[in-house]
Amino acid sequence: MSAPVAGDGPSRPGPSRRRLLTGLGVAGAALAGAGATAGLTAATSPAAGTVLGRARSATVAFEGAHQAGITTPVQAHLHLAALDVTTDRREDLADLLARWSEAARALTSGRDVGEGGAVDGDPLAPPADTGEAHDLTAARLTLTVGVGPSLFDDRFGLAGRRPAALTDLPAFAGDALEPARCGGDLVVQACAEDPQVAVHAVRTLVRLAAGTAAVRWAQLGFGKASSTDPSEPTPRNLFGFKDGTANPDARDEALMAEHVWVAGGDDPAGDWLVGGSYLVARRVEMHVETWDRAPLAEQEAVVGRTKGEGAPLGGTGEHDVLDAAALARLPADSHVSLSHPSRFGGAQMLRRGYSFVDGADGLGHLSAGLVFLAYQRDPRTAFTPVQEALSRADAMGEYLRHTGSGVWAVLPGVTGAGDWWGRSLLG
Amino acid sequence: MTPARPVPAAALVALGLLLPLSACATDAPAPAEGAEAGSTVVVTASDDACEASRLDLTAGISTFEVTNAGSQVTEVYVYDGDRIVTEKEDIGPGTSYELTVDLAEGSYQLACKPGMVGDGIRQDLVVAASAQAEEVDPLAEQAVADYRAYVQEQADAAVPLVTGLADAVRAGDAERARELYAPSRVPWERIEPVAESFGDLDPRMDAREADLAPGEDFTGWHRLEKALWTGEELAPVADVADQLVADVTELAGRVPEAPLTPTSIGNGAKELLDEVATGKITGEEEAFSHTDLVDVEANVDGAQEALEALRPLVGRSDPELLAELDARFADLWEALEPYRDGDGWVSYDTLDEAQRRDLSRAVDGVAEPLSGLAAAASR
Repeated sequence: MSAPVAGDGPSRPGPSRRRLLTGLGVAGAALAGAGATAGLTAATSPAAGTVLGRARSATVAFEGAHQAGITTPVQAHLHLAALDVTTDRREDLADLLARWSEAARALTSGRDVGEGGAVDGDPLAPPADTGEAHDLTAARLTLTVGVGPSLFDDRFGLAGRRPAALTDLPAFAGDALEPARCGGDLVVQACAEDPQVAVHAVRTLVRLAAGTAAVRWAQLGFGKASSTDPSEPTPRNLFGFKDGTANPDARDEALMAEHVWVAGGDDPAGDWLVGGSYLVARRVEMHVETWDRAPLAEQEAVVGRTKGEGAPLGGTGEHDVLDAAALARLPADSHVSLSHPSRFGGAQMLRRGYSFVDGADGLGHLSAGLVFLAYQRDPRTAFTPVQEALSRADAMGEYLRHTGSGVWAVLPGVTGAGDWWGRSLLG
Repeated sequence: MTPARPVPAAALVALGLLLPLSACATDAPAPAEGAEAGSTVVVTASDDACEASRLDLTAGISTFEVTNAGSQVTEVYVYDGDRIVTEKEDIGPGTSYELTVDLAEGSYQLACKPGMVGDGIRQDLVVAASAQAEEVDPLAEQAVADYRAYVQEQADAAVPLVTGLADAVRAGDAERARELYAPSRVPWERIEPVAESFGDLDPRMDAREADLAPGEDFTGWHRLEKALWTGEELAPVADVADQLVADVTELAGRVPEAPLTPTSIGNGAKELLDEVATGKITGEEEAFSHTDLVDVEANVDGAQEALEALRPLVGRSDPELLAELDARFADLWEALEPYRDGDGWVSYDTLDEAQRRDLSRAVDGVAEPLSGLAAAASR
């Protein structure tokens, strides 16, 4: 089934279903947006954590040493999808990731996927592109793909290549995890300034996966609940508090190299992951109704910061340094105090979460919460110890319920026309 | 069956049911370049007239450029007898709409319905054979002949099976009738898209109770299913059983006139998998008998038989698709295998959610590439 890509090694699978994937979606207005920003894209690397244009119509470069969508300044909307691989044919899995990469090149450029795109194909065949983003720009779409611990079982001969850090998270006190919202062999994080663009991207990749992988769980998110750029105002989560004040500056490459990117030598089994990262996702329901009944002073004591400015309690400004003395002034069970990196050997995570409201809970409440997304070099020294501490003592815990969870190794970036997601693992 | 709404004409067009064999034997028609000069009809609809720039067309794709010059909202239809070939509703005063339709040689009626009521203002539309009709692809001809033979064989086989079911119902032998119920549906489920092309047969024979509008009669297999599995008296449904025999006999008699083309055969295969994906996987089709997996096997059989008929055509135009479909059908059979029970299948209500999900994924795995079959068979 797999046809090698020209110029690629013969043993490496390449996109084979060319009619879905040639990325020739030349149709219509989408090109205008992509063309207008092509110059910006060429000069920009997602690894640098910046895009020159931040207009809604801008594009973020797909290629780079690291995948886009991690240090990329956070877009307004999220569609996260975890998938199960439904085949045990390794070549089909590799072929899927190659076809996804081709589709992602088109999608992140604001083009329809496939021959004929949404409207110019063979009238007797279903359109290659589903069409709902046909008139929209790329809207700074990024697609970020990872592989879960479950992929490294006996199906694909990958057991020996699982890095030690890629292991299911331990159970935490108070977890209310629903199996249907946990795990997944693959994950796709689509972020864009327009929710329809993000949804179209996930829908397209899921469609391309038919017969090889299928959605296990998915989550929409809105209103970025973390900024990765301290020069921007810090966004607020659904508790009404600024979230992500202490996030590391994604523009600082040295900081990212230390805390986010997997480096050579981190794990001999994980040589294929160099330049990648680890993503921890948690679906955290927030009991916003009970939170809203808590007095302001209690809310601030639970968080450890003031609600208006976001200053640490006892301080004056949002970005006051949280040294030992400042930490000592915070309530010991406050969220900020318990999760401070100084308690965990200095390991940091780059948080990139979103809020969600999934309708109602059937009991007269909104079903609201946070899609916690955090990128890190090693979850064993970053997310896991922090969550262990929080799950035991966090004053915020009574307002939270963790219902979904996953950890994935986020693949290195795609570089060059013949490259594809996961080639270092499956090629 | 598909929900019992009127068969949308556009779907029939998409199915290729209206394409003459010859149109598919040559290159697939594309509206942009395939349309011959003169196949555009300018229709000016007013409150009391339906003026058309021409009423004689050539087989193939025609475009009706409709302008509503009246004061009322109007509709435009193309009828083949009582059957709607295509339609556009809700054309507001002063607005225009382009209706594109692929018409085979034959006699039709063009209708405007000012105010969207009644039979409308009708005039005859004559479609002559196209010049292209002379070119015939032997592979396409063979595919249609092979598939028609299969459909005929299945329709013929259905008659004694349904007769046996009706005999048991009439004799009041519920136990025997329950045994015969699912097997009597197998040939139908294998060729259902063709059967659906015969207007009212499908809703009469295979409607589910939930598909019916208030006041519509509940007849056909599922009426018998309900009676047989809920312990109803059988005498009151004996007429339903007799009608089903008459309908299945009519179906067998009409197979020779079924408008088959490689396109319609390919789309029929896709439809069979769509039936599985939306009706059977949910357990809605056989809500009382839970014999859904018998239907599923028949649907998949029927889709594969359609693929067999088209194999030489697709092997020529897209061998890669053929290989993919073969692999995915094998995956689907493998996913079904655990539910075999002797010669038949386990009751569908014994499958838990995760099992239904896995089956659904295998169905999607076939259905997605299968959606490219009609185009590949028509190239």
